[in-house]
Amino acid sequence: MLIFEHSRPGRKGAPQAPKEKAAFDDIPKELLRQQRAPLPEVSEMQAVRHYTRLSRKNFSIDTEFYPLGSCTMKYNPRACNSLAMLPGFLSAHPLTPEKHYQGYLACMYELQNMLCEATGMAGFSLAPMAGAQGEFAGVAMIEAYHRSREDHERKEIIVPDAAHGTNPATAVMCGFTVKEIPTLGNGDVDLEALRAAVGPQTAGIMLTNPSTLGVFERRIEEIAKIIHGVGGLLYYDGANLNAILGKIRPGDMGFDVIHSNLHKTFSTPHGGGGPGSGAIGVSERLKPFMPLPVVAKEGDQYRRLTEEDCPQSIGRLSAFMGNAGVLLRAYIYMSLLGREGMVRVAEFATLNANYMMAEAKRRGFDLAIPDRRASHEFIITLKKQAKELHVNAMDFAKRLLDLGYHAPTTYFPLLIPECLLIEPTETEAKEVLDGFMDALEAIKKEAETDPDLVRGAPYTLPVKRLDDVRAARQLDLAWSADTQ
Amino acid sequence: MPFIPHTEDEIADMLKAIGVESIDDLFEEIPSHLRAKEMLAIPEGKSELEVTQLMQSRAAQNPQATCFIGAGAYDHHIPAAVWQITTRGEFYSAYTPYQAEASQGTLQLTYEFQSMMTALTGMDASNASLYDGASSLAEAVLMAVRGNRKSKSRTILIPTTVHPSYRKTTHTIVHGQNITLQEVGYDKTTGVTSLEELKTYAGEDITAVVIQQPNFFGQLEQVDEITDWAHENDILVIAVINPLTLALLKPPGQWGGDGTGVDIVCGDGQPLGAPLASGGPYYGILCTTKALVRQMPGRIVGRTVDQDGKEGFVLTLQAREQHIRRSKATSNICTNQGLVVTASTIHMAIVGPEGLENTAAACHANTNTLIEKLTAIDGVKKAFEAPYFHEVVLKLDRPVSVVLSQLADHNILGGFDLSQDYPELGDALLVCATETRTAQQIQDYADRLAEVLDSETGMKGAA
Repeated sequence: MLIFEHSRPGRKGAPQAPKEKAAFDDIPKELLRQQRAPLPEVSEMQAVRHYTRLSRKNFSIDTEFYPLGSCTMKYNPRACNSLAMLPGFLSAHPLTPEKHYQGYLACMYELQNMLCEATGMAGFSLAPMAGAQGEFAGVAMIEAYHRSREDHERKEIIVPDAAHGTNPATAVMCGFTVKEIPTLGNGDVDLEALRAAVGPQTAGIMLTNPSTLGVFERRIEEIAKIIHGVGGLLYYDGANLNAILGKIRPGDMGFDVIHSNLHKTFSTPHGGGGPGSGAIGVSERLKPFMPLPVVAKEGDQYRRLTEEDCPQSIGRLSAFMGNAGVLLRAYIYMSLLGREGMVRVAEFATLNANYMMAEAKRRGFDLAIPDRRASHEFIITLKKQAKELHVNAMDFAKRLLDLGYHAPTTYFPLLIPECLLIEPTETEAKEVLDGFMDALEAIKKEAETDPDLVRGAPYTLPVKRLDDVRAARQLDLAWSADTQ
Repeated sequence: MPFIPHTEDEIADMLKAIGVESIDDLFEEIPSHLRAKEMLAIPEGKSELEVTQLMQSRAAQNPQATCFIGAGAYDHHIPAAVWQITTRGEFYSAYTPYQAEASQGTLQLTYEFQSMMTALTGMDASNASLYDGASSLAEAVLMAVRGNRKSKSRTILIPTTVHPSYRKTTHTIVHGQNITLQEVGYDKTTGVTSLEELKTYAGEDITAVVIQQPNFFGQLEQVDEITDWAHENDILVIAVINPLTLALLKPPGQWGGDGTGVDIVCGDGQPLGAPLASGGPYYGILCTTKALVRQMPGRIVGRTVDQDGKEGFVLTLQAREQHIRRSKATSNICTNQGLVVTASTIHMAIVGPEGLENTAAACHANTNTLIEKLTAIDGVKKAFEAPYFHEVVLKLDRPVSVVLSQLADHNILGGFDLSQDYPELGDALLVCATETRTAQQIQDYADRLAEVLDSETGMKGAA
């Protein structure tokens, strides 16, 4: 039932809001509502019960293993939440005078610095509110950089075909055309194709390393040389930073600009779809272009740099400080981990992934890239099962839900047919990984002996398999009293 | 090792199963000369107790002064249940609902959110939120450019009464796509967009016009006249709104002489359940008409049925999005503001429509009381003579920054200094009193301001 269906006219029952309605007759009638907004009228207890029950229809990291590749579903430490919500932070208006705001600004300044050190970059801006916004800022900075050099030929951004969809979408938003280059079967970018694709029109390349195929781009230094050689810049998509944190730094690999997904690597909550944060790091030459605000320290005072301080900045990306509360949670997480804790992240994320990959092989699954080490994730392809048994990756995913596991990422990267991209993260114990592999193996057997069972999954969830096609054809995007 | 559960035995077993001697072997593909050195600029890890002490001392540096600042973020009461439920692990640590059957909680809640947004704005459809109000205006502009088939100019009329940061953000995001943002001025007496200036664009190819209601000054725009004029000239209308005010004000879905409404609505949902929290996370609103639904960026939840005919919810119209269309996507957007939307939905359900009306009315009444007391002081007057809602511009007789600094020393955040963004207004201050400001706090502000303006020290502070 929807909350609207619990509504009754005249029902309230919460000690919320002022008890009476103050006058507002100084407002012209034609600018006022004629009828009350059709929002639900329920009691406080009804609302509490309704939304508490809804929460129990969700899978979550707190309740299930969630090996979603490229999403980094690690434990979200509760201290990050409670400390970020201390009244001194929670009650602060974003336009609070900086002299009242020094504690918060100190956290932001130190977060910028820690991110610089962890990634090998010269400067960091915390402004972008999501990975995609970080990508936008990064590519916009590349555009601003070439424009400042009065080089108007740079019209192309190179993107590997294995890239996340936000990469080409972002390049187009910044006014570039996208040139796709192929990825080889072993997971590396096709260097010959790259050499043929570059020239004076190349503004830059967008790369993820390890790539979306879960393997390390071994010839990264050569790629950097090729791109820099023609005057282009390298953009690093930080979605897979969890695999290399403390082991190798994007700045050392030659990247000029990076975004990091704080809601992945630095464990800020996924919240059912957000809010995230796509803090971006830059090399020296791109520092003048960073989006605002950036926090600076002058003596022992912190302040936010303005458009006057940074005339070449690409500008603002939000009305205020971006996703401030998310940034605080990332700062707290990094403080809990410390430098040695961050190194352990990559080590154990990689250990867990390689262990699962070895188990997958042992239990008879086909690996997408069998001869290489996994990074923090790896790919199984169910091409054989799909062809011979007509049971595909989607079916496996849905059946995993019945067995109490959230499915891995399916059908991404697009290059691998019927794939499951599996990323356990470092916070999961060995027995959880074993349990998941047991479940996967059991489904493989079911697919052989009783394929209909797998194809009809899930059975034990609040709903069975949902009709996507109908949802898109018969659009029902909002409840209204008229349509009931 | 914080958050890593592995024992020595387990590590040994796992290494054996993989067939390597050490964890280090797993990194053999990384060129050794590229390996990172020790990250000395990052401090050693702290215990939860140590971090707690650190954060408490940092948080305590904010004296939590009484807030009379609005300017796009508002101090409202949020019922205790809202964030208690929102931070339940099942909401807090859930992912984007790509596996719909395992995410019916988030999906149904988001459908309810979309429904509440259409109820408040009077529009046909809403998405599942964008990042914030400023970036939602940028997305609305991109959407208007895509959606207005009759226009080729890619020119948008943006009044300067629209929030300055919204305009700056929109510029950052759209200028790479050959879109022109044309400023339109305001009437100095009324503080609203100059209809006269707007009408000089009649007959030109204009893609869309933006109206913020109430505008950045708190003044009430002539929304019906502007909507009608725009539609007569094949110009799309983008409304920027504060959703709490829509409990009382006519919703943009009904603007225009015949009530046909605007084309796109955007704004920030912060007033509905998001704490001020040093600036975020808030969320961006995006609503539209049936005609433009397929041009909406961001996630959208739809209601459908499962195999047994039971009601269920899924992400829909995904073919617009980056993971399908890549370089042809409507936007590069991937995340929404999920957790904040969760809180906002629960907030609206608990407060209810009458509660929202009473809250909005109290904000207006408190602001009126504040204005009455402040303008009784010598040297303080209203900047504009025209109707406003819950926020007002005052003119002072000396630099605002000095006055605000002294008020801050007395733990009063007096408002937002407009002199940087609107130098033509002179010494102008934007003030707001929400329902959380008590009569005593308002009186204290008036008393303190009178002191500051009365004394010589008011002038000395300028040095």
